[in-house]
Amino acid sequence: MASVARLLPTPEAHDLLELTEELAEKELAPKVDDYEARGEFPREIIRTLGRSGLMGLPYPEEYGGSAQPYEVYLQVLEILAARWVAVAEAISVHTLACYPLAYHGSQEQQRRWLPDMLGGELLGAYCLSEPAGGSDAANLTTRAVKDRERYFINGTKAWITHAGVADFYNVFCRTGGPGPKGISCLLAPDHTAGLHVQNRERTMGLKASPVAQIAFDDAVVDADRLIGQEGEGFRIAMGALDAGRLGIAACAVGLAQGALNYATIYARERTQFGKPIIDFQGLGFMLADAATQISAARALTLHAARLRDAGKPYSIEAAKAKLFASDMAMRVTTDMVQVLGGAGYVADHPVERYFREAKVLQIVEGTNQIQRLVISRALAKDE
Amino acid sequence: MKIVVLVKQVPDSGAERNLRAEDNTVDRASANNVINEMDEYALEEALRIQEAHGGSTVTVLTMGPERATESIRKALSMGPDGAVHVLDDALSGTDALGTSKVLAAALKRLEPDLVLCGAESTDARGQVLPHMLAERLGVAALTGARKLTVDGSQLTIERQTEEGYEVVTAATPAIVSVWDTINEPRYPSFKGIMAAKKKPVETLTLADLGVSADEAGWAGALTTVASHAKRPPRSAGVKVTDDGEGGTKLVEFLVSEKFV
Ligand SMILES: Cc1cc2nc3c(=O)[nH]c(=O)nc-3n(C[C@H](O)[C@H](O)[C@H](O)COP(=O)(O)OP(=O)(O)OC[C@H]3O[C@@H](n4cnc5c(N)ncnc54)[C@H](O)[C@@H]3O)c2cc1C
Repeated sequence: MASVARLLPTPEAHDLLELTEELAEKELAPKVDDYEARGEFPREIIRTLGRSGLMGLPYPEEYGGSAQPYEVYLQVLEILAARWVAVAEAISVHTLACYPLAYHGSQEQQRRWLPDMLGGELLGAYCLSEPAGGSDAANLTTRAVKDRERYFINGTKAWITHAGVADFYNVFCRTGGPGPKGISCLLAPDHTAGLHVQNRERTMGLKASPVAQIAFDDAVVDADRLIGQEGEGFRIAMGALDAGRLGIAACAVGLAQGALNYATIYARERTQFGKPIIDFQGLGFMLADAATQISAARALTLHAARLRDAGKPYSIEAAKAKLFASDMAMRVTTDMVQVLGGAGYVADHPVERYFREAKVLQIVEGTNQIQRLVISRALAKDE
Repeated sequence: MKIVVLVKQVPDSGAERNLRAEDNTVDRASANNVINEMDEYALEEALRIQEAHGGSTVTVLTMGPERATESIRKALSMGPDGAVHVLDDALSGTDALGTSKVLAAALKRLEPDLVLCGAESTDARGQVLPHMLAERLGVAALTGARKLTVDGSQLTIERQTEEGYEVVTAATPAIVSVWDTINEPRYPSFKGIMAAKKKPVETLTLADLGVSADEAGWAGALTTVASHAKRPPRSAGVKVTDDGEGGTKLVEFLVSEKFV
């Protein structure tokens, strides 16, 4: 990734990216194939990244974060994703899972739980989707009923990344009437009685990342674990997703860059008809288009991040970045399989993995149809 | 406990390394210079002792040119309290004996209870420095450790040997050299990198240490490299076809190469 020209706001950001490169090179690159083949979640590797400070980058220093702007945090994700998307996604989902407490928790709640969550030892999960409703999250049906100082949760969450390996779960559930205003956010610890992790899904890619349903059967959560007020849950969930979408966009950029890097080296070395295949215009132009698309997606993603860092509205730009970057990653990884020919279709080379992994980025944290919905609605309203 | 860790900057052993044509010394200018790998294990061990025994300090000691400050900062980002850099133009060309003289003088100033260092450096691989330092300082040398236990002022190591290990003990002050089997060094943390920028690095010259210029550098060197040549490229291997005599031929080959 040495060839990526980066504009960084501070010398410390430069040091952080250098540290990330070292971790990616020594901890991720040599291990990814083995873990992905076995479908094992790399808990220890995530812990190593956590100890180096990568699990709380965009959060305040007073709670153990590193107060890094999104512009920098996203480039860290990108570097990790170029080696191993499941790990970059783990950090992105964890960062998403810290969002409700960091932005909507009371000071007392933040003092109690946030330092451990940002400190690198703990891992978070974010439970919004349900079997009957992913895109239509405002109509979720998991219910929490308050009885004196405790909530009792009943229902099922679906597609939960880090199910079974997380230390805490943000659970969005209905405490009031129908629609978005009846939803609340509860921060449940992993040992919550009545929280049952179901069988792991057999996913197409991201095989090292566990995803499963979680059944809540009279799961008991103390009332002081309500984040924000009752009824604010949907707003909290959407705010977290605005930021989370930037993380997915950065993962897509890194993933595509990783695929391009690999395919470029291959195309320089592989010869047909007496010359390196990169010298055939048909193939060289495919690589040129990929490189251009990646640069465009990176620029769009970092632009949205810089709006956020400047305190300006950014959710529409974040939706565009997530949409464009993940569609780009799908196209680029498809083409990079093509560059390798038959070798692109077998597990001996990582491009088939990148290809399988790209698909999920068009689905998670709001499908790309939902991103288009968000963007077109804003256009319809715009004066 | 006051711990000093010796850290040397060396050319990256993973990349191509060269000796300079003009004076047969290691070409450091064009190399990618890194912390001697084994020293990271010594530093990790020091930090673990510090974490386990309250009130300990860890200081990095480096002798080397201006460039070595990069490696000092890198070492500091792992967690030690500060560093001492022996920096003097007259040090160029210093051999192992001279190095031990200079480092011993620096260690006398620092008065550590425990000196930790790598068992060897990847550029010279002499393994002599810990012994030379112990001799000059009049302290015990516990070398080649794969395990170190600290119990008050009592040190116990498992010295790694080809056959197994030996248990060796000594009281502080002492010098302990370690192999890469002793632990798994940590990565620096982002906060550690930030903190390292503010940590004290004391620079000492030969004059500060009371070592005269002719005791170090080219002037003081008792050994010099007279000449050097590139390792010859690998020649093609011997192919043994098994026509019933394959086993015998293999054994003959191993005997001829003195492998058995
Ligand atoms: C690997 C993986 C990990 C995940 N991790 C998490 C997690 O950690 N936490 C979590 O809460 N969720 C997670 N999800 C769930 C994910 O966010 C949902 O799958 C996604 O939001 C889509 O919901 P759905 O699967 O129910 O599809 P549906 O909502 O049923 O959508 C089906 C199709 O209809 C389209 N569609 C739906 N509504 C519209 C519309 N209005 N206009 C146009 N098209 C529409 C969709 O775009 C899609 O193509 C994960 C999913 C996967 C696959």
